[in-house]
Amino acid sequence: MAELVQLLFAGLTTGAVYALVALGFTLVFQASEVVNFAQGEFVMLGGMVTVFAFEAGLPLPLAAALAIAVAVATGLLLHRLAIEPAKGATVVTLIIVTIGASILIRGLAQIVFDKQFHALPAFSGDEPLRLFGAAILPQSLWVLAGAGAIVFGLWLFMEHTLLGKAVRATAANRLAAELVGIDTRIVLALAFAISAAIGAVGGILVTPITLTSYAVGTILALKGFAAAMLGGIGNPVGAVLSGLVLGLLEAFAAGWISSTYKDGVAFLVILLVLLAMPQGLLGRRAVERV
Amino acid sequence: MNRLRFVLGVASAALLATGPLSAAEPIKIGSFLSVTGPASFLGDPEKRTLELYAEKINAAGGVLGRKIELVIYDDGGDANNARTFATRLVESDKVVAVVGGTTTATTMAAIPVFEDAQIPFISLAGGIEIVDPVKPFTFKTPHTDKMACEKIFEDVKKRGFSKVGMISSTAGFGASMRNQCLKVAPERGIQIVADERYAPGDTDTTPQLNKIKASGAEVIVNADFGQGSAIVTRNVRQLGLELPLYQSHGVASKSFIDLAGPAAEGVRLPAAAMLVPEQLPDSDPQKKVVLDYKITYESTQKQPVSTFGGHAYDGLMLLVQAIQRAGTTDGVKVRDALQATKGFVGTGGVVNMSATDHMGLDLSAFRMLEIRNGTWKLLY
Repeated sequence: MAELVQLLFAGLTTGAVYALVALGFTLVFQASEVVNFAQGEFVMLGGMVTVFAFEAGLPLPLAAALAIAVAVATGLLLHRLAIEPAKGATVVTLIIVTIGASILIRGLAQIVFDKQFHALPAFSGDEPLRLFGAAILPQSLWVLAGAGAIVFGLWLFMEHTLLGKAVRATAANRLAAELVGIDTRIVLALAFAISAAIGAVGGILVTPITLTSYAVGTILALKGFAAAMLGGIGNPVGAVLSGLVLGLLEAFAAGWISSTYKDGVAFLVILLVLLAMPQGLLGRRAVERV
Repeated sequence: MNRLRFVLGVASAALLATGPLSAAEPIKIGSFLSVTGPASFLGDPEKRTLELYAEKINAAGGVLGRKIELVIYDDGGDANNARTFATRLVESDKVVAVVGGTTTATTMAAIPVFEDAQIPFISLAGGIEIVDPVKPFTFKTPHTDKMACEKIFEDVKKRGFSKVGMISSTAGFGASMRNQCLKVAPERGIQIVADERYAPGDTDTTPQLNKIKASGAEVIVNADFGQGSAIVTRNVRQLGLELPLYQSHGVASKSFIDLAGPAAEGVRLPAAAMLVPEQLPDSDPQKKVVLDYKITYESTQKQPVSTFGGHAYDGLMLLVQAIQRAGTTDGVKVRDALQATKGFVGTGGVVNMSATDHMGLDLSAFRMLEIRNGTWKLLY
């Protein structure tokens, strides 16, 4: 029982971060059909800016707010300088643009910050909580609660605000959205800004557990993308669910099967699922209406 | 035959004519280091050390009455470049010996070049394959990960334990050390009851540590460096495991203590004397050498000393002393003098070489440290 709970929390904590990255992928994809591979860099920026601002003497909440602001500004710049000028290009071209942008952001971070790993103090101390014989870090609860709050907040925004509805309308049909007077350019910029903010919050929450450096974004982008695909790209609920599933798969594969092949096991399961259900767990079947 | 005699005649005439001058001709010592690139944290202090001490040796009158001249190339951590520069050192620079090779990969790429040319080569890299099997002209100064395993297991036995849970990174350093540890464990009376792995960049190792906990391990040994080691250390404390934790010599830097935070308390690791020169007892033969090097390096370079620069110091000093003992720069004779080195006290340990041991360090080269109150404490 203790082992089960331990693995469960290990998987959920890692999975929550994957879920946030996958959610970022989904948001931008919905609004623009661009798969933004710079998504992982927002997580990195969230962690790194917070660390350096905190070390420079800012209180933690302020440092975190600054980090989110920097990530959002980066997201907007990415949209304005890289995505918008390439408007009308094929999806593959846009994907390559985002990969290039992620390399640029990583390189800049390496120069502005440094190449070392950094840690943040945990928000509520390092003393583990005991639950059914398992030891849970308070920070893990922060991560889970934070991810939950973000998902809930995003749902409120999408369902109950005009701007959110504009995003959904653009996602559903861009041309129709433009015809009813929605400025889809602003919607797209907004999608980048929100996904950057989500990534940054994830980075801030998780840095006390996982440490951070200029290079952490790459692997997160890969795992987050895998989760987004598994969930059926473009489906926010699927993205969150799949992120958690991916984290759990890794934890249980490491704990019960083989730690050497845990990533292999996780990706194998994803491949099998996608073979059986090419549209992903919750993706809509692609139906051409005539 | 006539022609050869003519050439020899001209050569000896030239030698006679320039007799006094040629005695002052510098001794060329070559080097290829990873001064830039991913291994620059190793190569940069190595280069600084070589230049610093070549200057000091020359100021003190040089070797055999001749100055030494360094020819240093930067291979950027690339094995192909290393091989190219090795060839250049031999063919166009005509160096008499080489001290260099920052990483095991660059070293292994260059070895055949120097072996063919019969030029003594002292490598600064860690891999045991450099000197095992022994190659006639290849030496190395740093200790190996096999020795780190042996030192850890020695300490484990001393504390009355024998069941070890291994956890290692699948990346180069961790994988190599894990293999060495598994190999030497039976000889040391150690039973490996768990052998867990994680990928570089993994941010959570609690599932693996859970398995170690269930395996009945009495101590945990982690083979990795950098972020991975810090995460494992934090996870061990997070799980509330009361098992003693050993880290590798790869974490022997202040940044590890900063990253692991309070969780690092009580962690033990094997490390070179360079980490704690002030704590060495006065009777320790290495104390003076290590302190001198540390003071010289830090006062001239304005940056903290590292064990890596120390490897270069040891290599250069070993070579210079061998040339002095050989009384010549002839490759074979210098090699013979090098492998006859006995009782050389370097920053890495006391070196006793032989024809079958081209590293010459024993377990006393490693000290056992424990992290207490956020700093290193020398145990023995």
